Amino acid sequence: MEILVCVKRVPDTSENEIEINSDGSDIERDDLVYSVNEWDNYAVEEAIQIRDNVGGSVTVVTVGDEEDEEVLRREMAMGADNGILISDDAFEGSDGKGIASILKAEIEKGKYDLIMTGAQADAGAGQVGGMLAAMMDLPYASLVNSIDIIDDKKIKAGREVEGGNQEMNEIDLPCVLSIQTGINEPRYVGIRGIRKVASVEIPVHGASDLGIDASSVGENGAKVKRLDYYLPDLGEGAEMLEGSTDEIVEKMIELLKSKGGIK
Amino acid sequence: MAQQIFAYIGHNNGQAEDSALELINAAAKIDSTAAVTAIVVGSGIDAVCDAVAKTYKEVWKIDAAALSNPNAEVTRKILVNVLPADCIILIPHDTFGMDLSPGLSVKLDSTFVADVVDIEGNEGGNLKLSRQEYSGMVSAHMECDISQGAAINIRPGSFAPDESQSAGGTVTDKSGDAGDIAESTRRFLEVLEAEAGDVDITKSDVLVSVGRGIEDEDNLEIIHDLAKAMKADVSCSRPIVDAKWLEKSRQVGTSGQTVKPNVYMAMGISGSFQHMGGIKGSPYIVAVNKNSKAPIFQLADVGVEADILEFVPELTEKVEEL
Ligand SMILES: Cc1cc2nc3c(=O)[nH]c(=O)nc-3n(C[C@H](O)[C@H](O)[C@H](O)COP(=O)(O)OP(=O)(O)OC[C@H]3O[C@@H](n4cnc5c(N)ncnc54)[C@H](O)[C@@H]3O)c2cc1C
Ligand SMILES: Cc1cc2nc3c(=O)[nH]c(=O)nc-3n(C[C@H](O)[C@H](O)[C@H](O)COP(=O)(O)OP(=O)(O)OC[C@H]3O[C@@H](n4cnc5c(N)ncnc54)[C@H](O)[C@@H]3O)c2cc1C
Repeated sequence: MEILVCVKRVPDTSENEIEINSDGSDIERDDLVYSVNEWDNYAVEEAIQIRDNVGGSVTVVTVGDEEDEEVLRREMAMGADNGILISDDAFEGSDGKGIASILKAEIEKGKYDLIMTGAQADAGAGQVGGMLAAMMDLPYASLVNSIDIIDDKKIKAGREVEGGNQEMNEIDLPCVLSIQTGINEPRYVGIRGIRKVASVEIPVHGASDLGIDASSVGENGAKVKRLDYYLPDLGEGAEMLEGSTDEIVEKMIELLKSKGGIK
Repeated sequence: MAQQIFAYIGHNNGQAEDSALELINAAAKIDSTAAVTAIVVGSGIDAVCDAVAKTYKEVWKIDAAALSNPNAEVTRKILVNVLPADCIILIPHDTFGMDLSPGLSVKLDSTFVADVVDIEGNEGGNLKLSRQEYSGMVSAHMECDISQGAAINIRPGSFAPDESQSAGGTVTDKSGDAGDIAESTRRFLEVLEAEAGDVDITKSDVLVSVGRGIEDEDNLEIIHDLAKAMKADVSCSRPIVDAKWLEKSRQVGTSGQTVKPNVYMAMGISGSFQHMGGIKGSPYIVAVNKNSKAPIFQLADVGVEADILEFVPELTEKVEEL
């Protein structure tokens, strides 16, 4: 089975405090720790496990710039066979549809049975997978938390729905799936693994390689534009307890007693 | 002519979801004069349509036995057939909306915006709205060209519900326009119910809830110790379940349990909307987090900026002494 996984390099929200820059045009990017989008890492692990069971190959692809190449290498160290970096100045400022149409052009150059994305990335949109599927007229399922390969024509996929219930579907191949966290336990990638793939050649594809009309993507093609970042005023917020740890603990115990937390 | 606005109504067991009452207020922020049309898709949905007609003047019903199971791919085809060109459709940003809307916007050749929490206004097809990014740590104003139509996913709970129930609307059967409703490349099989665990956290009075801030499985002990001292139950956020450190039945949130305790202790939890969406009945929320800017501090009643690995054992010790 030929599997393509779309991955995105994102600021790691569990490692960073995300702050807004002085004019609100972007987040403060100095000293940010980046990693592969959490959801995409689960997707790559799933792809590797499927390949190890039924054969085939796993290709990871990202739309970005040179700096984003590191996530391709990381996922190749994990076990992906190939990486592709899609990069062009014309792609800057693309919205979700722009990214999806760029990915579509790349996918049409190859032949994939299964295409995976993460359920969502740092912007929390969860849009690229569903758009890609519709653009390519392929079946789609989002929030997938289990995959069984039935044969080379179809799979059984579970979707996580409200309350932790699971909606089971049978889906024809080729298809696009967006992967939810928890579907597997992604393997650990050590420094040694990354060193092993450090010199592997990663092809870079631009707009002309993919036959993309530059005016349809990037900022010009974007119908959704970010104006600025801001911190909403959500009212009072929590009363913050201050003082020495002993004082704070004391106050908290009083509060918990009065609210029924300690009887 | 003003653009037509539609609201997609989610429903469950013959009842419209709460978002049905919220979408009409979201629509009013796009165009306060618009007559918003509700769309209900399903099988045996007369009761849902009648209930929705109390809020919306016009309700379109698409009813067929084949639609008894959820399938966003089929729903998408139906909507493409029944919706007029260049319209705006509002859809709840839940697991069905996430499945449906991105592809729908492609097929309608309209603009898609996900997970909208506020709408500032519409100036001649230029819609200004707000979203959250980076797990809710920052918000962003977006400007969207909706002149050729839009599919907009609205976060449940972000807009006030319209409780007036005074629309006296009419239900129109549009089932004949739905087109081919047979499942094709994606076929629904069944829904598997979540398994019950050893404790039922939905019944707990006091919850000590742990998030990714606990850092390591071995550290969970301090959470269990605090819960024991407080005679509380232990619950958690999703990453703890993904890591298989606690059972799924202890996960609080939209894809976990909905809890209604009196006191909720959020230890090392950032406060994502999917997590907070599982906390109902306005409990007293205590948050301990080492990041003073964590969104949980906006939502909690009382907060402490501290490392839970140090703070929790101190608290446990003093509670045990009582
Ligand atoms: C400097 C800058 C400016 C931007 N300006 C805008 C703007 O004006 N308007 C706007 O709408 N967006 C803007 N973006 C966001 C950017 O275009 C997003 O990458 C795009 O919207 C899709 O990401 P998402 O987080 O919405 O993806 P989601 O749909 O949430 O991601 C789902 C999955 O899609 C795949 N995916 C997403 N992005 C990529 C990618 N780049 N490469 C490969 N796979 C991917 C991954 O598998 C991911 O898990 C900007 C980004 C940057 C860095
Ligand atoms: C469709 C969908 C459904 C979802 N359903 C759910 C759901 O039901 N429930 C749920 O919880 N999530 C759900 N999520 C995931 C959700 O978006 C968040 O990713 C998740 O809630 C984050 O969990 P967290 O707060 O534990 O982790 P993080 O967001 O990583 O936050 C960890 C926090 O701990 C703090 N911290 C770190 N170390 C320490 C320390 N030593 N001491 C004190 N504080 C520390 C950090 O400052 C941070 O604020 C869902 C996501 C999707 C896409």
